[in-house]
Amino acid sequence: MINIQNYVQAESLEEAYQLNQKRSGRIIGGMLWMKMARNTIGTAIDLCRLGLDAIEETEEEFSIGAMATLRQLETHPGLNAYTCGAAARAVQDIIGVQFRNMATVGGSIWGRFGFSDVLTLFLAMDTYVELYKGGIIPLETFASMKQDNDILVRILVKKKPGIFVYQAMRMQRTDFPILTCALSQVEGAYRAVIGARPARAMVIRDKQGLLKGGITEDSARAFAAYAAESAPTDSNVRGSAAYRTHLINVLARRSALELGGMNTWN
Amino acid sequence: MEQKEYKSINKPIRKKDAMQLLLGKPVYTDDITPGNALVVKLLRSPHANAIVQEINTSTAMKVPGVAAVYTWEDVPKTRFAIAGQTYPEPSPYDRLILDRHVRFVGDPVAIIAAETEKAALRAMKLIKVKYQVLEPVLDFRKAKDNPILVHPEEDWFPPCQVGGDPKRNLVASEVNGDGDVEAVLSDCDIVLDRTYHTKAFNQAMMETFRTYTELDRYGRLHVISSTQIVFHCRRILSRALGIPKSRIRVEKPRIGGGFGAKQTAVCEVYPAFVTLKTGRPAKIIYTREESQIAGSPRHEMEIRIRLGASRDGHIRCIDLYTLSNTGAYGEHGPTTVGLSGHKAIPLYTGGLEAYRFSYDVVYTNLQASGAYRGYGATQGIYALETIVNELAEQLDMDPTVIRDKNMVKEGMEMPSYYNETANACALDRCMEHCRQMFHWDEKYPVRDMGNGKVRTAGVDMAMQGSCISHVDVGSATIKLSEDGTYNLIIGAADMGTGCDTILAQMAAECLDCSVDDIAVFGADTDASPYDSGSYASSTTYITGKAVEKACAELKEKICSIAAEMLNCNASEMVFEGRQVRRIGTEETVSLEDIGYKSQVFNTQAAEATASHSSPVSPPPYMVGMVEIELDKETGLVTILDYMAVVDCGIPINPALARIQTEGGIVQGIGHTLMEDVRYDHNGKPIGSSFMQYKIPTRLDMGKLHVEFEHSYEPTGPFGAKSIGEIVINTPAPALTHAIYRATGVWHRELPITPEKIALSLTEKKQKTS
Amino acid sequence: MELKLTLNGRPVTDHIDPGLLLIDFLRNHGCYSVKRGCETSGCGLCTVLMDGRPILSCSMLAARAAGHSIHTLEGLQEEAADFAGFIADQGADQCGFCNPGFVMNTIALLRENPDPTDDEIRMFLAGNLCRCSGYDGQLRGIRNYLESRRNQNRA
Repeated sequence: MINIQNYVQAESLEEAYQLNQKRSGRIIGGMLWMKMARNTIGTAIDLCRLGLDAIEETEEEFSIGAMATLRQLETHPGLNAYTCGAAARAVQDIIGVQFRNMATVGGSIWGRFGFSDVLTLFLAMDTYVELYKGGIIPLETFASMKQDNDILVRILVKKKPGIFVYQAMRMQRTDFPILTCALSQVEGAYRAVIGARPARAMVIRDKQGLLKGGITEDSARAFAAYAAESAPTDSNVRGSAAYRTHLINVLARRSALELGGMNTWN
Repeated sequence: MEQKEYKSINKPIRKKDAMQLLLGKPVYTDDITPGNALVVKLLRSPHANAIVQEINTSTAMKVPGVAAVYTWEDVPKTRFAIAGQTYPEPSPYDRLILDRHVRFVGDPVAIIAAETEKAALRAMKLIKVKYQVLEPVLDFRKAKDNPILVHPEEDWFPPCQVGGDPKRNLVASEVNGDGDVEAVLSDCDIVLDRTYHTKAFNQAMMETFRTYTELDRYGRLHVISSTQIVFHCRRILSRALGIPKSRIRVEKPRIGGGFGAKQTAVCEVYPAFVTLKTGRPAKIIYTREESQIAGSPRHEMEIRIRLGASRDGHIRCIDLYTLSNTGAYGEHGPTTVGLSGHKAIPLYTGGLEAYRFSYDVVYTNLQASGAYRGYGATQGIYALETIVNELAEQLDMDPTVIRDKNMVKEGMEMPSYYNETANACALDRCMEHCRQMFHWDEKYPVRDMGNGKVRTAGVDMAMQGSCISHVDVGSATIKLSEDGTYNLIIGAADMGTGCDTILAQMAAECLDCSVDDIAVFGADTDASPYDSGSYASSTTYITGKAVEKACAELKEKICSIAAEMLNCNASEMVFEGRQVRRIGTEETVSLEDIGYKSQVFNTQAAEATASHSSPVSPPPYMVGMVEIELDKETGLVTILDYMAVVDCGIPINPALARIQTEGGIVQGIGHTLMEDVRYDHNGKPIGSSFMQYKIPTRLDMGKLHVEFEHSYEPTGPFGAKSIGEIVINTPAPALTHAIYRATGVWHRELPITPEKIALSLTEKKQKTS
Repeated sequence: MELKLTLNGRPVTDHIDPGLLLIDFLRNHGCYSVKRGCETSGCGLCTVLMDGRPILSCSMLAARAAGHSIHTLEGLQEEAADFAGFIADQGADQCGFCNPGFVMNTIALLRENPDPTDDEIRMFLAGNLCRCSGYDGQLRGIRNYLESRRNQNRA
């Protein structure tokens, strides 16, 4: 049972930031994860009045407010057109519609959870996070930072020409993934993102140019093997390290073939 | 086959409570009981095996709002069992309300009662306990004769002799059989020797365990609980609390699912104790975590079978040994295990020359097991049906044909089923029907779909019983109201299954009226006639027959009252539904007039109560076929089609029978592919929430097709047998079979996860290369 | 703290604990249809509509509903009764404990997508667990309702 002593809807980011500097202050996102905690929260800080719940699209970028929900990601036509449907595919198996109506993009990214489909998805794009004090930094940099008392304001996705594929393995359809895999080709550069290893998602770039000469059965297999070598895996209740490494080989190869238009699995 | 035209029987009538439930009316325990009752919480042991050396509650007692904290020192010293079974229970009396010796992670150490949940939880954190931690017995294969004893206490008491011995960690043990097993086996062309392992599974009913207690206006203990067993619950509380049954009333409102979980009095004793001690209303609502870690899941079993057959596929001998893990307490341990043999082996009565069934049931320091739909038959059928599929594949025979040759058929006497005769058995027709509808011949071959995916199918059969023969008692009271409608009062518990409705259908058929004219009430120990409760697939078969009898008696009484009104003999009267006619005349008396007469200068009660019990337990039968698509790279199994044909005699309500079947199949799918009650190496539960313990969603089950083959059971009401439990038995063997077909690997342990499938294929590849 | 919101079309003001969850607030205000099934945001039993969108009331602070409109099944009886009879005809209500959440999410589905395909129904309702029915009866009920509505519109 969660214990919250104060609840504040911040009037400004500055107010939220100040409240969050106290040890007992906590920014609340969708609160789905936080509500299961058994600790005491001094002040729960809600960003709901700061207009951060929209996905805005311009010629250059998508600007996704921290309070936008996963359901918005799933149903946003522009974002799904840009990501070839990968945005919807990444989130549509997360629990249920009601859950996705509450879970926020900001909460998912800020938590940098190992199992995060959302983090996996955004790492496949040219994505930045806008922090209130920390400014705009690449998501990949942010993902490896430790949690601090700053505030995540927006996610920014540069609309560089690209193709995206998303695949994940779940034992039961709405469960946490055993492994997530996003593959993209942005401005000609290939990258794989492997999440739920079970550690947090990591980016694997095609440094050796395995896919450069075109995607074939062989090059897809070679790239998948490379990804499997590069991404350390571990065991937890959902799967063993060996199975996860096996899955990287499968999902990365399939994703590459799908990216190359040779086959589809979704 | 006898099949009459009925008005209310074999009709898909809406459940009587359907719209109340669908529109969210307050009908469950927590909805209808006061919110200001004391909140009862349990401090639970973090150790699998420990002695409470010291326990200090003084700080906890100081938390504002805390009314009481009880420890082992405060509770009665009489051991009891919480299994909902007829007295004398086969389950040993091995529990105290709170015991100094805690035997699994989650065993209660203290009871806290407070004005609010917050206060209770705060107090819980402040109870100081010093444990003497003991080494636990966690592996059920090493439990028997282990020097560590789960129940070393001297006052362990078995109300029945079932071969238990707590000094050997044994709850029950037995060997029985027919024919010379060793001689037949040594004469067989082929003998398979296989061991199968099925895990504990949680019922995961949507409403967790919960009970409200208060002292009523007579100062009696009034218990409102989500239970399948009001009368057993009263007896259990009486023993545990040391008060007479006349001082206890137990009733159940609507129940948010049971599946057997609520055939055990899992939580009733705690608030009842608080109410007796404090005099105040008390309520306990188990969290999902508590329901997962301290409920009453299915017994984990390891089953070894030696199956002997001839080259042409005749099954000649079955030697089956079951090792069952009852966990820390013995509830349902001695009885569930029996079904693993007695409700599996009879399927192959066909040409069986000899069988042996032996078992041991052992204690371990894990969550106590209990009753779960299927009750041991599920485990036994999984093992037996799988080994028969192994035999078919080994002999390169169609597995449906091998069953045609060996299955039990109508009229056969079943030595492994207490020598009962299969009076109503359409298993052969179920098989033929399923084969045709499913297109077995097309779906059974392995088909490569590209992309690493293959499609194929699996098959199996199942049985169950329709009550506990010579034991279960069902009763019904039927009363005439002055407007010619009726009240039907039962002690069976509708837990969503619809028994209130199907019993009303039977009453309506007997009394030649509309189902709407029958109001049903149940279950309440103060008001209902005695019923063992709703379990063991007994309600339709046993209580249904009691309804039939009660209606017959009531009709006689109605005729007798009418005869008095017409100044003639009751034997001259004939009951015609809305009226009673004097034979050979135009003289009639309306039911309304009889109803009113029964309230004026009348000495004959316009009501009847009847009980029923049965010396036999006629099995329902079922065939299941499943088509899957298996991804050989990820190991993912996608269910495409699940076809089931069930013989439950005459289905009283085909819509409800169908839903029972569909629901059972999906639970079985969960057990086979994803569900698993797991513990770490210290005996701490892992799957303590729905985040870890996954049950199937509507995206995990494929398309279901359910059909019925009718048979007519002469001892059942309107030819009916049972349906509630058998339906969970087919998914595990059918899926295991299909997965073998797709991969060439037999998985002999449940659940069969994608990981196990994928890695077994990698292993296989490495071996062959 | 003070909380003002609209509950089933009526303004409600109450003093609440900041940590109070919406489900408990609703049950305290007589909305007993709202059920708790899992505590881990995964079963869908506590589904209510906030400004028309289905959410999990077990995972929402009551305080966050300030100024919003909440609907529980108590407030949508007629809309629910429209199709609930079709579920009843299948016998798919069963124990009923998951029904309110399932009915609420079905209302949300049908408002958003009045003529969904079977797959769309399954996807939208995936977060509503049911342990009794095996789901197929629920699907048949919804399908029959849609069919009857289509026939009515044609007539």
